[in-house]
Amino acid sequence: MSTPLLKIMDLKVSYGGIEALKGISIEVNKGEIVTLIGANGAGKSTTLRAISGLVPVKEGTITYDGNVISGQSPQKIVAEGICMVPEGRRVFPNLTVLENLKIGAYLRKDEIQADIDHVYQLFPRLQERSWQLAGTLSGGEQQMLAVGRALMMRPKILMMDEPSLGLAPLVIRDIFRIIETLHDEGITILLVEQNANAALRIADSAYVLETGILGMHGTGEELLGDDRVREAYLGKSARK
Amino acid sequence: MWNTVFPYLLSGISVGGQYALIAIGYTMVYGILRLINFAHGDVFMVAGIVMVYVVSSGVPLWLSILLVLLITSLIGFLIERVAYKPLRTAPRMSVMISAIGVSYTLQNLVLYITGGLNQIYPTIPWISGSVTIGSATTKMVTLVTPVLTIILVVALVQLINHTKIGMAMRAVSKDFETSQLMGIKINSVISVTFVIGSFLAAVGSILYFTNYTTVIQTSGAMPGLKAFVAAVFGGIGSIPGAVIGAFIIGIMENIIKGLDVILFKSGVIKAPLGLATFSDAFTFALLIVILVFKPTGLFGEKVTDKV
Repeated sequence: MSTPLLKIMDLKVSYGGIEALKGISIEVNKGEIVTLIGANGAGKSTTLRAISGLVPVKEGTITYDGNVISGQSPQKIVAEGICMVPEGRRVFPNLTVLENLKIGAYLRKDEIQADIDHVYQLFPRLQERSWQLAGTLSGGEQQMLAVGRALMMRPKILMMDEPSLGLAPLVIRDIFRIIETLHDEGITILLVEQNANAALRIADSAYVLETGILGMHGTGEELLGDDRVREAYLGKSARK
Repeated sequence: MWNTVFPYLLSGISVGGQYALIAIGYTMVYGILRLINFAHGDVFMVAGIVMVYVVSSGVPLWLSILLVLLITSLIGFLIERVAYKPLRTAPRMSVMISAIGVSYTLQNLVLYITGGLNQIYPTIPWISGSVTIGSATTKMVTLVTPVLTIILVVALVQLINHTKIGMAMRAVSKDFETSQLMGIKINSVISVTFVIGSFLAAVGSILYFTNYTTVIQTSGAMPGLKAFVAAVFGGIGSIPGAVIGAFIIGIMENIIKGLDVILFKSGVIKAPLGLATFSDAFTFALLIVILVFKPTGLFGEKVTDKV
């Protein structure tokens, strides 16, 4: 077995004395879709924020491609090719759609036009609204823009924090379709979702996070079929 | 009538331009850090003092001007690094108190160096000469100021709207964390903001002190306060707002200063009323009135804090 692309070992993170993550270990292999499911406040977002360097790691290590990245600045981690689509989309409302894409490629020095075209091909709606301020887009369009913006850095790993949050069911379907497309393009994806059903369906590997500790782990299908997971996260009764 | 008003209007436009150059520093720093940089007026004053000392040490005038711009920009950069950066995650009120501390440190430092004596500002021949236009005789600087201000503002707006660093500044002003996720170095962007603000204040100081001829440690207080009012008046955070606000305040202030003369000459009053005394009070009264009707200022955006 090859070494995982991203390896989290015994990760502990605390906010002002409160431990949000109490030592979790996750492995993400190249080309996989890995999903992290769990209830509100379980520490899903914290995990992603720790990987991207936004919150300090208290204990444990995060290795990417064999190099320790925990303790690095967010800039360094982005430069490595680990990009995040943050929760709540967080597009820059005062920048145009095109500028949002350009700022996604902020660290790149090479030509980015081909990448802009690629994003527009994935999301034709964005091209139509190229000159519009991002703040005027609908929620679904903003989510597409947030994904497009992250793609501009040509990520090796794309981390997505609750991409379906607050979106209409049809739009959610589009978002998950896009995730699969990106996966087909060879991007490794680490997906955090409350919409466990949809997430597990596309995941190669899945982890359940419960108040800072890891619960079950398995393939997406295994967890989808597990009674306890069904009851706790899928809102379905264990016995049919 | 017009001949009486014109000289006041002209000096109003000029003072307005000088206020504008200071006000941009307030509004840009607020835009990014949500901080009222109380030390900004003193940076303006220090630029004046630096000019006095550099010129008196025998440095040629053109080089002195460049040095003043450079040193003031550097001072702005250092103030941010020393007094504000360590407080990045502290409550906003702490940073504000730090700014007040910097303000008094600069004033006391200048008091120490100068002994509290008025320093004669060097004469810059290119802008100190007299010109007569119509009914007004004034220094060349009165004409140079608005032109230079507008050129600098246009350049700044281009920088902000059409360059990579400008785009980063706009992004950082909205969202620190997401900007970091784009690989933007927040601290560098903030430094650039302080450097630009201080540079413009230095340009403003050269124009302002050429007109007023002396510098003392408190010289930054009034123009700083007026520029701050201009920035709030225009809608703090907005650069065009600050510039327009500054011109309006400069013009209003000077018209009030000349109101006695204007009214007397047009026969409305028989004896001077001493209205000029109220020109500063008027500036602030105007601010209050505007804020009552438009709390966010002329061009201010309504900020809805997300929960």
